Amino acid sequence: MTSVIRRRAPLRAALNPAWFALLPMALAAVVVYLGSFLWSLRISLTGSRSLPLHDYVGLAQYQRLFANDRWLHSLQNLAIYSPLYLAGCLALGFLLALLVDRQLRGGGALRAIFLYPYALSFIATGLIWQWLLNPELGIQQAVRAWGFPAFRFDWLVDQDHAIYAIVLATIWQGAGLVMAILLAGLRGIDPDILRAARVDGVPGWRVQTSIVIPMLGYAFATAALLLLTAAVKLYDAVVAMTQGGPGTASEVPAKFIMDHLFGRANLALASAGATVMAITVVALLAPLLYARGRAARVRA
Amino acid sequence: MSVTSLKSMDEIRLGQLFAWPSRLTLEAWRAAWRSACTGVACEGIRGGFWNSIAIVLPSTLIAIALGALNGYALAFWRARGASLLFGLLMLGAFIPVQVLMFPLVRLLGPLHLVGSLAGIVLVHVIFSMPIMTLIFRNHFAALPRELFLAARLDGGGFLRIFLQLMLPLAVPMLVVAAIMQATGVWNDYILGLVFAGREHLPMTVQLNNLVNTTTGAKLYNVDMAATLLTSLVPLAIYLLSGRWFVRGIAAGAMKG
Repeated sequence: MTSVIRRRAPLRAALNPAWFALLPMALAAVVVYLGSFLWSLRISLTGSRSLPLHDYVGLAQYQRLFANDRWLHSLQNLAIYSPLYLAGCLALGFLLALLVDRQLRGGGALRAIFLYPYALSFIATGLIWQWLLNPELGIQQAVRAWGFPAFRFDWLVDQDHAIYAIVLATIWQGAGLVMAILLAGLRGIDPDILRAARVDGVPGWRVQTSIVIPMLGYAFATAALLLLTAAVKLYDAVVAMTQGGPGTASEVPAKFIMDHLFGRANLALASAGATVMAITVVALLAPLLYARGRAARVRA
Repeated sequence: MSVTSLKSMDEIRLGQLFAWPSRLTLEAWRAAWRSACTGVACEGIRGGFWNSIAIVLPSTLIAIALGALNGYALAFWRARGASLLFGLLMLGAFIPVQVLMFPLVRLLGPLHLVGSLAGIVLVHVIFSMPIMTLIFRNHFAALPRELFLAARLDGGGFLRIFLQLMLPLAVPMLVVAAIMQATGVWNDYILGLVFAGREHLPMTVQLNNLVNTTTGAKLYNVDMAATLLTSLVPLAIYLLSGRWFVRGIAAGAMKG
């Protein structure tokens, strides 16, 4: 009996109707995701300008890329941006989550307010903060009008601080997301553990740092993963807030690639940048995803 | 801080309007809607509004239908190699769209899909496929497998089980997915910029053109009205959906 089933199994697998249903997904995964990546990789090894060529120039584009000031500057900006964005969103999101979690009454309303910026587009976020940080119209002017004429808050037009202005705006947008994820995690903590800690006389901050935060590890990792992905993709907010300026002060890799693809007709260089980005992202995320998957399996 | 930012933004906006008392009317809103210049045309951003609606509706419906079908096939029909494909798709979800942008333009260009409504919808469906597939796969995988096996024993085929048994069981997920997808597509900028073409530019792109093309004096009140108008749809979705929006985040966060 079992042998009959075993012999029939491959036949059924071959006719599995799921294959027809999964055809669009297979096309998307293989042609679009994998195919596009390989195509970018191939173009990055050519001397293509505005049209794709099929010559082979080795790693010359990568050498040009890493000799390009604008690219280096955008990498540097991303290196400043990502940790600050990540840390800011996680810290603020955690505090908001604690606040909402404590106040059971009215917690829903608070949560709604904190989460609302996340429903906004990066473009709208960027434009709102462009005005808030505009020295003549925004916060600086308002504080000066209240009687502090020496007050300075002009990050947006300051070469050295423009990228921090973008950090600020995107934290405002993203902290609500972290809050929502951590709130779900907080609800999963057994209240008896917290009660036991209180009975033992453990001070409140110690409960947070030694019990709550470690127990939220999985939720934190999830949030960090989403934020990191968003950080690498950073583009819309920069376009809306500074257009990469003043000068090239707030350039980011995603914008460098877009500009060289469509504005400056330098396909091969942009593709080299894109390939560097893709490989970095996969190299960073693959171990993270793997570790998280294992943690989830162990937990289950 | 979110609260103070929201508040101070409102307060500053009021301060603004007091500085130009003649514009305290709804004139700015009307101008933003009808006559503000977005690049070359001066027809306000109402065109963008309708374009965005035209993009969001099919993108949401098709993406959800495909995501549900994929999730169902992956969760119950153990097709050979399917999980490998799914892994590839999930990895693709993390790759910045800029990386895939130009190859996709080259791929869709000869099919006359760049700069058309069908093209931008297709691109949205492709880029949302990982997350849509994931949330439905997780949803269906959490259902008892006996349910599926019983339906098989009763002679249910692939599509029949999907349409008559699984879809009704997935209604909450369908709502969550619709909220996520509609908000995400509405808020998209970069895909609309590249793939929608002049005729179908979504509202976010027109908004950015309106504000960041500096020709002549800047009409801040019109700019702000346009920003608020563009944010109205996500606000409406957000307010109407309430708790569902949070569920969407929770579902989307269960990656891996």
